[in-house]
Amino acid sequence: MQKALVILIALLGAALAQGQVTITYWQYDFKSKVEAVNELIKKFEAANPGIRVLHQTFPYDAYQQKVASSIPAGQGPDVVNLFYGWLPTWVKAGYLQPLPAEYVRMVDNEFLGMAQAAKVEGRLYGIPTAVRSLALFYNRDLLNAAGFNTPPKTWDEFLNIASKLTVRQGNRFTQLGYAMAPDGQDHHLVREVLIRQFGGRPYSDDGRRVLYGDAAGLKAFTFYTDWFKKHNVGTLGNQFFPGNNAYRDAFIAGRVGMIIDGSFAIGTIRSGAKFNWGVAELPVEKVGGRKVNYGSFWMHGLTPLATGPKQAASLKFLEFLVSEETQRYWLEKVGELPARKSLIKDPKLTLDKVFGPFVLSLAYAKATPFVDEIGQRKVMTDAINRVLLENKDPAESWRMAVAEEQKLLDAFWK
Amino acid sequence: MRPSEPARRGVSLAAREALWALAFLAIPLAFFLFIRIWPAFQALWLSLFDWHADPSQRPFVGLEHYHQMLEDRLLLKALQNTLAYTLLGVPTQILLGLGIALLLNAVTRFRDVFRAIYFAPYVTPAAAVAWVFSWMLSPNFGIVNEILGVFGIPPQPFLTSPSQALVTVTMVVVWQNLGFQVVLFLAGLQNIPRDYYEAARIDGASNWQLFRHITLPLLNPVMVFSAVIGTIGFLQLFTQVVNLNFTDQGGPLGSTLTLALYIYQQAFARFDLGYAAAITVLLFVIILAITLVQLRLLSRRVEY
Amino acid sequence: MRRLSTLLIYLLLILGSLVMFFPFVWMFLTSLKPFAEIFDLTLLPQAPTLDNYREVLFDTQFPRWFLNSLIVALITTASVLFFDALVGYTLAKLRFPGKGFIFVLILSTLMVPTEMLIIPWYVMSTEYGWSNTYWGLLFPGLISAFGVFLMRQFFQTLPTDLLDAGRIDGLSEFGVFWRIAFPLVRPALAALGIFTFLGNWNAFLWPLIVVQTPDMRTIPVGVALFSSEAGTAWNLIMAASSLAVLPVLLVFLFFQRQIIEGVVLTGVKG
Repeated sequence: MQKALVILIALLGAALAQGQVTITYWQYDFKSKVEAVNELIKKFEAANPGIRVLHQTFPYDAYQQKVASSIPAGQGPDVVNLFYGWLPTWVKAGYLQPLPAEYVRMVDNEFLGMAQAAKVEGRLYGIPTAVRSLALFYNRDLLNAAGFNTPPKTWDEFLNIASKLTVRQGNRFTQLGYAMAPDGQDHHLVREVLIRQFGGRPYSDDGRRVLYGDAAGLKAFTFYTDWFKKHNVGTLGNQFFPGNNAYRDAFIAGRVGMIIDGSFAIGTIRSGAKFNWGVAELPVEKVGGRKVNYGSFWMHGLTPLATGPKQAASLKFLEFLVSEETQRYWLEKVGELPARKSLIKDPKLTLDKVFGPFVLSLAYAKATPFVDEIGQRKVMTDAINRVLLENKDPAESWRMAVAEEQKLLDAFWK
Repeated sequence: MRPSEPARRGVSLAAREALWALAFLAIPLAFFLFIRIWPAFQALWLSLFDWHADPSQRPFVGLEHYHQMLEDRLLLKALQNTLAYTLLGVPTQILLGLGIALLLNAVTRFRDVFRAIYFAPYVTPAAAVAWVFSWMLSPNFGIVNEILGVFGIPPQPFLTSPSQALVTVTMVVVWQNLGFQVVLFLAGLQNIPRDYYEAARIDGASNWQLFRHITLPLLNPVMVFSAVIGTIGFLQLFTQVVNLNFTDQGGPLGSTLTLALYIYQQAFARFDLGYAAAITVLLFVIILAITLVQLRLLSRRVEY
Repeated sequence: MRRLSTLLIYLLLILGSLVMFFPFVWMFLTSLKPFAEIFDLTLLPQAPTLDNYREVLFDTQFPRWFLNSLIVALITTASVLFFDALVGYTLAKLRFPGKGFIFVLILSTLMVPTEMLIIPWYVMSTEYGWSNTYWGLLFPGLISAFGVFLMRQFFQTLPTDLLDAGRIDGLSEFGVFWRIAFPLVRPALAALGIFTFLGNWNAFLWPLIVVQTPDMRTIPVGVALFSSEAGTAWNLIMAASSLAVLPVLLVFLFFQRQIIEGVVLTGVKG
């Protein structure tokens, strides 16, 4: 009986192979992800003989530009990988199609809460394989050498350690306690973590109004800029080191005590750092204070190019990419945290020294409801830079940020 | 009104020449029309619509994007920066180029070697130049601050400072363009007949007078050329700006943002190609206006 | 006094050369450092290695990018030289109605910013299947308005008698251009050729957009790729940059006399 079924399926597959469908999948260049997807495609094609998947990748810096120019020209991906923060812009410009209702149910029931950020006005446009959160990476050797045996649990401890680890030689830094990175992850830190820890809220529930202009918001912002102005934690990562992601490079080079970074950095740090390092949950305002984190994700969406038989094939591939099996493989191969609730509860993961703090954070992580991720990131980065680089009064800079970001929200929701 | 015999032959000769001209120009003209001119009009047309991936769903918005430009503070910043780059960069590269060309013109030995050295940056990919400089200029670990330190100068933030970034980018671009300027001016200098100088010297002219009254006026066309080409280049500055500041593209607080980069961001990062097209039209108008003014001002005959 | 001023001139030139050339020295020395040494402040590598070069040459598609850049730059240059000379010649030496208008039309395209054309070019490329092909990479540069301007200037200085002599010998108009006029402008062609070649060799924005697969990248696009979200492979970037600069620099060293001569002769007489 079973044998007959296998034969039947094989015959069916052969029949389908007559009408082969080729779909295209796009993502940006990231070695481990590219290799993983190549493997996954092999698996998928073996299970679905009627479908061929073409896998194309582009440098991160050119990725959005590729998508922007290809799809209107009718040539490009059927299934596309994108950062959730880009979603509103992409949807508005017609670069994605909404997913059928059964996928909405799947995301609602089986995925972490933050995956809801893949919806725009109630419609679902993508599903993640993996999610990310923030944590504190620390150089254990440097901390131990300065007499600290555990990573900081509160911001006070954090500031104390950071200032002890900062080393100057004349008027130049040779080592930083903490590498500030407004354009790295720190803009998320201020917006989603510090504001909430200090009792504020970044946005209204519908995401259309900026609320951080209140006293709590300003307090959180000033607290962050004071790390630099008053607490001698070090300097900006890009003042210290050259290039892209200077703060992380400097940490990997062993010249920085602590950085705040996403779980996606684990692989790079693991392969680059030649010292003992550790990961800890983000510090809290005071012992027993509120734990908050910023969660984010890349997701797979369907473009308007996927029509007819290509649409069916694309949905099948998308389903495969977010399946439990793939997510497990993804964690092993790429080292990114699975987006399904069932997998994230696995004690093997929560107890892991490196993954653990990130996984624990997922329980309370929030994804910012961006409408224009690039614009909004710039608002926050500029707010910080005005204080750090131009000595502007924090209150003044913060007021400007509130006005600028509200303008971006209004422009989108008009 | 019957044409006389020789006149008719003239007509046919002229027609023949015009036909040849047509044959010679056919492919190039088709190229300019289809690759350069028609797309420009397409962009103009695009600027009147809101962008959508599906062409049938692009709403007509008329001049709304042009109106939007008036209130765009970042665009204003990009515009100011672009003008600052041009005003700073063009004269600097002309002065340095002329200076080095004069020095080179005064020596005979090793001239080829020097020339090659000054020219080298011009043949280097701009992206590679940007990489090298972003590191050499790094405030803490850059070799430039290391060297400044030897002279007791405190470390400078360069590209990471809102007030220094633009000047720093300009200097990197000038560094790269200088070789071309030098070759250009050197060629101009070698075009000036020796007799002019000898005659003036016999009249007892000083070196300065020679320079002021012979070299400078005769180099005027080269300068016009260099100014026009340099201006068009600086007004479209893109590659270096992108590659010199990475994650915070456009520099700290938008201090290095250029129009070209802003267009790129609007079009390809924010998928607002309609608005981007409107800004390209603005850039075109600016380039046109400046070029016309330059041609008029600079090619005026100098009285001497 | 004279000796002293010569000495001073040399001193200034050497000082300038240091500023101009130091980045190359630094780039080359850094390209010899193993990754672990990259962030040391010393100029000289402590344990010099060619590993970076090996990795760039064998583990990336750099040789292919080099070939692509070469193909694109050479074809574009050949096309620009031929067509720009032809158009320059026609505008300078033939009489026909609408000449002034055509000249201004061509020159005006110089002022259209590339950014304005890129979207239409891209749509065109996908429509006709040009994207990710050599043709797609090189078509925007096949004829240059700037070159037309230069060549016209130069042909205007050619004596018409010379051309008439060819006509009397029975050459066709094309024969006159190809056999007589074209060879006479060789120095100008050398100058235009080198600048066209360099412009295309270093082109960044359009290749970035039109290329889809890694094997079609040109050098500038390929080099820009060594940085990603994961970090910057500084050692590889420096090795790749050194490899990209070297051949062009050698070509310039060998041909600089002709190039300079060409610029001198085109005269840029305005």
